[in-house]
Formats: sequence, C-alpha cells, structure tokens
Amino acid sequence: MSPLAAAEFTAPSIDYAALSPILIVSIAAVVGVLVDAFAPRMLRWPIQVGVTLLGLVGSFVAVCVVAHTHVVTAGGALVVDGPALFIQATIALVSVASVLLIADRSPEVGGGAFVAQASAVPGSSDERAAAGFGRAQTEIFPLLLFAVAGMYLFPAANDLLMLFVALEVMSLPLYLLCGLARRRRLLSQEAAVKYFLLGAFSSAFFLYGLALLYGYAGSVSLGAIHDAAASGQHGDTLLVLGLGLLGVGLLFKIGAAPFHSWIPDVYQGAPTPVTAFMAAATKVAAFGALLRVFYVAFGGLGWDWRPVAWGVAILTMLVGSVFAVTQTDVKRMLAYSSVAHAGFILVGVIALNRSGLSGSLFYLLTYGLTTVGAFGILTLVRDPDGEATHLSRWAGLGRRSPLLGGIFAFFLLALAGIPLTSGFMGKFAVFSAAVSGGATPTARRRTCPSGGGSADGRRRWLLRSPCSCSAWPASR
Amino acid sequence: MTPENYLALSAILFTIGAVGVLVRRNAIVMFMSVELMLNAVNLTLVTFSRINGGLDGQVIAFFVMVVAAAEVVIGLAIIMSIFRSRRSTSVDDANLLKY
Repeated sequence: MSPLAAAEFTAPSIDYAALSPILIVSIAAVVGVLVDAFAPRMLRWPIQVGVTLLGLVGSFVAVCVVAHTHVVTAGGALVVDGPALFIQATIALVSVASVLLIADRSPEVGGGAFVAQASAVPGSSDERAAAGFGRAQTEIFPLLLFAVAGMYLFPAANDLLMLFVALEVMSLPLYLLCGLARRRRLLSQEAAVKYFLLGAFSSAFFLYGLALLYGYAGSVSLGAIHDAAASGQHGDTLLVLGLGLLGVGLLFKIGAAPFHSWIPDVYQGAPTPVTAFMAAATKVAAFGALLRVFYVAFGGLGWDWRPVAWGVAILTMLVGSVFAVTQTDVKRMLAYSSVAHAGFILVGVIALNRSGLSGSLFYLLTYGLTTVGAFGILTLVRDPDGEATHLSRWAGLGRRSPLLGGIFAFFLLALAGIPLTSGFMGKFAVFSAAVSGGATPTARRRTCPSGGGSADGRRRWLLRSPCSCSAWPASR
Repeated sequence: MTPENYLALSAILFTIGAVGVLVRRNAIVMFMSVELMLNAVNLTLVTFSRINGGLDGQVIAFFVMVVAAAEVVIGLAIIMSIFRSRRSTSVDDANLLKY
C-alpha cells in the first residue's frame, strides 16, 4: 500500500467540450431546482418549462457540434464516440417531445397530468385545497432533467462504476416521477412502489456482477475486462457469473422477457407523459449501455452469452406480442408492445457486428419517436374523467375525430413494422444484421418459431405477429 | 485468515438479502433486504480490493454507500406516500395493477 500512498496525485484531464451535452443538461437541472426554491409560485411553471426546453435543445445543439469527436476522457471513465452521441441526440429529441406533453395542462382545468401536491393524502381536504389553488409540482422538470443527465451518461460510460452511477442517476428521478399522477393516485403510487422495489433489487444484482468482474479483472474498466477475458489466465467462473448478474441488471432496465413484469404495471400507473418519456428514453439509454457493455467488454465472449441472449430475445418477442393482444387498457397494450420491441432490438445486439450496432441504433431512433407519438395521442383521447385508456372508450374514435384516429393508426403501423414506415426499416436492419452476423442458421431457425425456417417464413412471422398485436385496436 | 472466506460470507449475505426480498411482504423489510444485498456487495468489493492489491474496490464501496443513501431517501419517500394513503405497507395490498 505504501507506494500507492506515496504516488503523486495527478488530476485526470476532462474534455469539457465533448461532455458539454451532459454538462448543459445537468446545469439546467440545477437551475431548475433553484427556480423552484426562489421563483414566485405563479411564475414557476412557465420558467421551468422554458429552462427545461432550453437545456434540452441546448444539449441537442451541443451533440450536433461535437458530432465527430471520438475521445476517452475523465480518466478513462467516459467515452464520447459516434454511438454515444447518436443515443444522446435520440434521447434529447424524445425528451423535448415528452416535456411538451408534460407542459400541456389542458386535460383538466387548472391541472395537468401531475398532482398538485404529492404529499397530500389522496381524497383528503389538503389535496382538494392544493388543487383548488391551481398548484402543480414543478419539481417534475428538474427531476426529468436529472434523469436525462443519467441517460446521457449511461451509453457514454466506459467503466462499470460510471455505468452504475449513471443507472442510478437515471432511475431514481423516474421512481418519483411515476408516483405523481393527478388522477388515479393509488394506481400511480402503487406503480412507483413496484418500480422502486424491483429497480433496487435489479440494481443490487447489477452491482454484485460489477464486484465479481472487478475481482476477475482487477479493474472495472470495460477495456480491462475485455483484455483479461482475452488473455484467459484466470478461471472463467467469476467472469461468467459477473456477466450473468450484470446482464440481469441491464435486461431489467430494457424490460426483456423474464424481467419484464414491472413494465405493464409501471407504464399503466405512471402519468402518461412520464410513461411516454420512460418508454422511449429509458429504453434507448439502456440499450445504448447494453450495446457498449456487450460489444466492448464481452465482445470476445460471444459464444458464452449469445445463445442465452437468443433465448431471451425470442421469449421477449413472444411474451410481448401475445400478452399485448389480450389487454383491454391501451396504455398496458402499448407497454407490452414495448416489451416486444425490446426483443427485436436485442436481435440487433446479438448480431455482434457493425451492422448490428447501426441497425440497433436506427431501430432505437424510430422506436423512440414513434412511441412518444403514440403515447402523446393517448393523452388527447379523453372522456369527462380525464384520459380514456380503456379500449371500449376508443370505439368509434376514427369517426369522432378522424385526424386523431388516423395519426394513431399511422403510429401503430410504424410500431408494427409495415413496409413504407420507419418501423419496417428498423426491423429489416436488425434482422439482416443478425443473419449476416455469422449466426445465419441460428437466426433463421430461432427468430421464426411459427414460420417454419425459411427466409420467407421469417419475414411473414416478422410482419404478422407485431401487427396483429398492436394494430388491431385502431380498427375497432 | 484467508480473504476467500469473506467472499463466501458476502455471497451468503447477498443470498439472504435476495431471499428476503422474495419472501417478505412488508415493503420496508423488502427494502432493508435490498440494502443487505448492497452491503454484501461492499464486502465483496473490499475483499477483492485486498486480494488484487489495489484501492479501486474500496473507492467503489464508497460510491455504493452514497448511492444506497440516495436510494433510501427516494425509497422511504415513496413507501411513506403509499402508507399514508393506504395505511399499510404490505406489498400484497398493492394489487390494483395486474394482468
């Protein structure tokens, strides 16, 4: 220990320009907290909306400015490269759309989707008084910005510790945001508790995986883990155990099949703008991290994790598609649809090649924008009690408001992957990457449980199953 | 005194925590079990730090403690809010969202 203690401390160099998107969003979040503390109550809402949109747009501009950088910075803890910047830009776009959904206070008079005072007991006189003053919890905006900062960090993390910190910075505000719905508060609080307990449980697994990999490689840097695995000097026990536990934590965040059970509950209970944000941005960020971990640290171990990942991907697609068909709540149905999408994107991750990476990233962009759009339409379909999420209330939507019904049908077609929509291009990209990824027989056989094994069968199955699950309510 | 024994101990503690989350029905106790899992991880990290002869593991343990503290703040706030509206922290009672 003495040489360590005697060593001169040198501060790591930090490339502030490359990290500017993360910094801008973090600063905007801190400014938001200060606004909440000092601005007069009547002005808070407009100021917060302005600061949030400014921060997000500013970070998007910053991403565009640094678009071609490729640096490892902050002592090797962060890497800013093409995939990370693409993910950050995608998150910025869907976050701006989500903030616009949050800022829409028209659903109820003087209200909005969010509770007037989160600490007031549902149904109490406190709650009615707070609602009567036209108050709203403006803390949602800084919370959202902190979550976005975590999401920006998540795909840029180059070691497991930074990955863990980013995971928590991303998740903790989301736990709170889930519990802040104005209507159906018991559902909302229940969603928050479920999300929190399961999220904390999964991050404990993630952390144990981190500890085992640290024991294996002597470092938590992704590159060091890759080198240690390639040298093969140590036994594989710690490596495989660590990989599995780390995988559990990441697969929970993307909502893959054995770890998907929180998704429908949380998506249904959370306020719809938050659901839109979670469904799009969280999934994009978590897939960014998953891609980096599995491509950089475990790229050489494809033989170990790819068969398991195939199983998870197939199960996820099947579970998501089958359960989506049986739902009677539109939010819940879209939640299961997002589970199915996680399976499709996993196919691109499994490809483990360059086109798999680009295919997954493109899929994430199309998925994120379409999902925010679909949930945005959801906030506009209302009955006197607020949002109408039950399927029976949607009957005749196309006749009552053709524009809304038409746009929603268009989003569902894109989610289903019908040709001429972005969803089809995304699905085509990930599946062609998987086939070209050296696992052709596996890819063909395993991606078409109902399709018989031919390429045509795969395409038929690919087109039929998601479209049957998500497009049919629009026709009712 | 072999450090491997501490690895076994931390694995046992982690398992106790995981089983606790799965079998207990009180949200607070479940949350305490999660904290036990996190502390088991800290023990693993410090032991590996000793075995590997570096300080990384000990530094990571500090990060884990800070994150766990932040998680407590968020978690207790959420559990408190559901307790105030339901007068119960049993996770069996939170059954409005299903299927």
